[in-house]
Amino acid sequence: MQGITRRFGDLVANDDISLALHAGEVLALLGENGAGKSTLMSILFGHYVADAGTIEVFGRPLPPGDTRAALAAGVGMVHQHFTLADNLTVLDNVMLGTEGLGRLVTRKAAALARLREVAQGSGLAVDPLARVANLSVGERQRVEILKALYRGARVLVLDEPTAVLTPQESQSLFATLRQLVRQGMAVIFISHKLDEVMDISRRVLVLRGGRVVAESATADTNKAELARWMVGQSVIGLQREAGRVNDATARPRLSVQGLDADGGRVHLKNVALDIGAGEILGIAGVSGNGQGLLAQVLSGVSEPTRGTIQIDGVALGGHVPSVVARGVARVPEDRQAVGVVGDLPIWENLCAEALHTPTLSRLGWVRRAAAQAYARQVLQAFDVRGATLERRTRALSGGNMQKLILGRVLQRADGTAPRVIVAHQPTWGLDIGAVNFVHGRLRAARDAGAAVLLISDDLDEIELLADRIAVMSHGRLGPARAAEAWTREQLGLAMAGELDAHPRSAVGAAS
Amino acid sequence: MRLEARAHITSADVLRAGGLALLAVMATAAALVAAAGAPVAQTFSLMASGAFGSVFALSETFTRAIPLMLTGLAATVAFKARLFNIGAEGQLYAGAIAAVAVGGGAIDAPAPLLFALMLLAAALAGACLLLGPALMKLLWGVDEVVSTLLLNFIVLLGVGALLDGPMKDATAMGWPQSVALLGDLELSKLVAQTRVHTGLLWSTGAAVALWVLLRFTTLGFDIRALGANSRAAAFAGVPVTRTMVMVALLSGGLAGLAGAIEVAGRTSYVTLDMSPGYGYTGIVIAMLAALHPLAVVGASVLVAGVLVGADSMSRSIGVPSYLADVVVASALLAVLTASMLTRYRLRFDRVGRT
Repeated sequence: MQGITRRFGDLVANDDISLALHAGEVLALLGENGAGKSTLMSILFGHYVADAGTIEVFGRPLPPGDTRAALAAGVGMVHQHFTLADNLTVLDNVMLGTEGLGRLVTRKAAALARLREVAQGSGLAVDPLARVANLSVGERQRVEILKALYRGARVLVLDEPTAVLTPQESQSLFATLRQLVRQGMAVIFISHKLDEVMDISRRVLVLRGGRVVAESATADTNKAELARWMVGQSVIGLQREAGRVNDATARPRLSVQGLDADGGRVHLKNVALDIGAGEILGIAGVSGNGQGLLAQVLSGVSEPTRGTIQIDGVALGGHVPSVVARGVARVPEDRQAVGVVGDLPIWENLCAEALHTPTLSRLGWVRRAAAQAYARQVLQAFDVRGATLERRTRALSGGNMQKLILGRVLQRADGTAPRVIVAHQPTWGLDIGAVNFVHGRLRAARDAGAAVLLISDDLDEIELLADRIAVMSHGRLGPARAAEAWTREQLGLAMAGELDAHPRSAVGAAS
Repeated sequence: MRLEARAHITSADVLRAGGLALLAVMATAAALVAAAGAPVAQTFSLMASGAFGSVFALSETFTRAIPLMLTGLAATVAFKARLFNIGAEGQLYAGAIAAVAVGGGAIDAPAPLLFALMLLAAALAGACLLLGPALMKLLWGVDEVVSTLLLNFIVLLGVGALLDGPMKDATAMGWPQSVALLGDLELSKLVAQTRVHTGLLWSTGAAVALWVLLRFTTLGFDIRALGANSRAAAFAGVPVTRTMVMVALLSGGLAGLAGAIEVAGRTSYVTLDMSPGYGYTGIVIAMLAALHPLAVVGASVLVAGVLVGADSMSRSIGVPSYLADVVVASALLAVLTASMLTRYRLRFDRVGRT
């Protein structure tokens, strides 16, 4: 790729980026969210057309904006969010789109033989006749890779492939990648996790603000340098506070006992947890194992089928307004789709949770002056940039949108402090500056006496913030133990479903 | 070819899009007039003067705008909450029937009280008619577009049966029409010697009231939040079921009122042809007004002007008045296209051979 430039309006997403990839190597593409990684790969794959620049694959120019040509030239892409049809078999998924519409009979037998051959050659073991719906996330990712290989990919692009995997599954993916590279595959590995980049790649290309800021052989650099390149300054995240003592569970602020809930695809089974005032309990787990449902139940959005939730010893009622009134600060996983109403003005989103309370309305009439004054205070206190009261909330960047949501729940309109915080993936997709801000605010709220439930796929985040950690798998929550008592391997095993694999027990166990 | 979101939208862009939409409508209409063999410029000027050129023309336009304003508001409040009420036509007839049932002489009460009862009955009739589809949507996920649309035909058949049966006016020499409203209940004329009546004040008042409701009340916030992003609204604590029911009552009630106001202001009794599709045209008006209650007032006067002007032009030079339908329909398409193109940019890419 030579001199790729792409603008969106005034924003230059890619500014004169050149990238060379050789057969038999893994090139890591590193950068913050919004650095231009996804745009660059979308141009390679023909989803976008570059304003300037050319692409050559194996010496032949690739016509811009033509996904089929990219496929034909041997470029395969594995997206972070899988593009598989759940109700079809592995074989069907792999064959999808490879046969012309005019064909009356499908060549299933031949395809099956070829798929087996490809699977064997790459060491990707998956039953071709299994339904995708029955596969684990790791297996689905293998299917995605097989799909690309089946189509003859010689350049493989992996977009944040480890985001959905357990540490063990990630290791197995890396083993596969190493084998493929030995066979001459060229791999572009997109990530913002420095450990993985150091582990798997031969060369690193760092993007920031749409430009290439550094290119280096992985062996010649280190994590600290990569992080500096990535953020452009030497701020690294907050440090873990050592040796925090907690006797919090003696009198729990939030207490959940015997909780069952039905979420359609996942069920919560007999979930129990206690969080004390001034404590952060981290829930680790591969996403989709019931953490979302637990957050929804605690947020008052879903109803449990059994069990009790108590705050300071008093049962928590079912609906959102009463949950909010009891002092639960709720930070949802998907800030765009659930956290804010993007088309409404910023001040209305800030006031949304409290609009029906006497602080902000009387007899059904919004107390506009009071509401806007409150909104102005929050915007200032939480440093929400690019915001005016009347501006559409959609116009905010992800980080500022998250600051808005945090402000709404932490600095409440009625002036009370939150008693319980339910934060689900609070820093997903944010840049380091915003991540630090969110982490700082969560710690501050904890120090002010809130019981914090932190649910995250990101083990680094959990280990950084949590006082105790429990792991969720298949809708069951394992015992909570002091953060120092866990090793990465134990967390990984627990995430894979072996919740009782922890050898040392009774360290502050909650259930 | 693909659509791409524009980063910035200036008010100049919006104006330009509106102007282009207007040009597109004029061009379509001009082509049809020319095809009909009539002089284009004269046809347009006859339409304009027939709609707005004299006191009489204006009075006819405003008379026509009254029910359109109310059905336009009915569509506006429903669409704001993403409750796609296509049933305003049936709700209008239900309201008209309820108005005559209360105000046709069956109840003996002082006129002001009876008038209030009549409006209430009409609004309730329309509201109940939409409540069913709204509840079916909430409870079982039944598509309200289908249920409200089909209810229109059921209501029309039901009204037909009533007009030929229990509510038939025995003195109407066999015509299927209802008994007439009591004279005391009829709306007075705004301008002497014309048909325009005080229903114009009622409908404009309804537009202002709806604007205030949507902008300044908690229910208004609930409605807008629910329509813009129902998941986020529910997460923030908007009572989804209650809000949806309120929207159904408001929307159906406004359409029912349109029926009562038509009877009290213009027709005096119910016939099966009292509405030439006001309920459906209300949807067009709501879209033209971009779901803004105050803009509905202007949009309904404009659409009424096109309809009235085309009738008048047709009487003068014989171009079919169906031209009005073409103008209204192409205006809707042009405005929707224009609003899309202000938000997105069409990009033509060189697409390689496949």
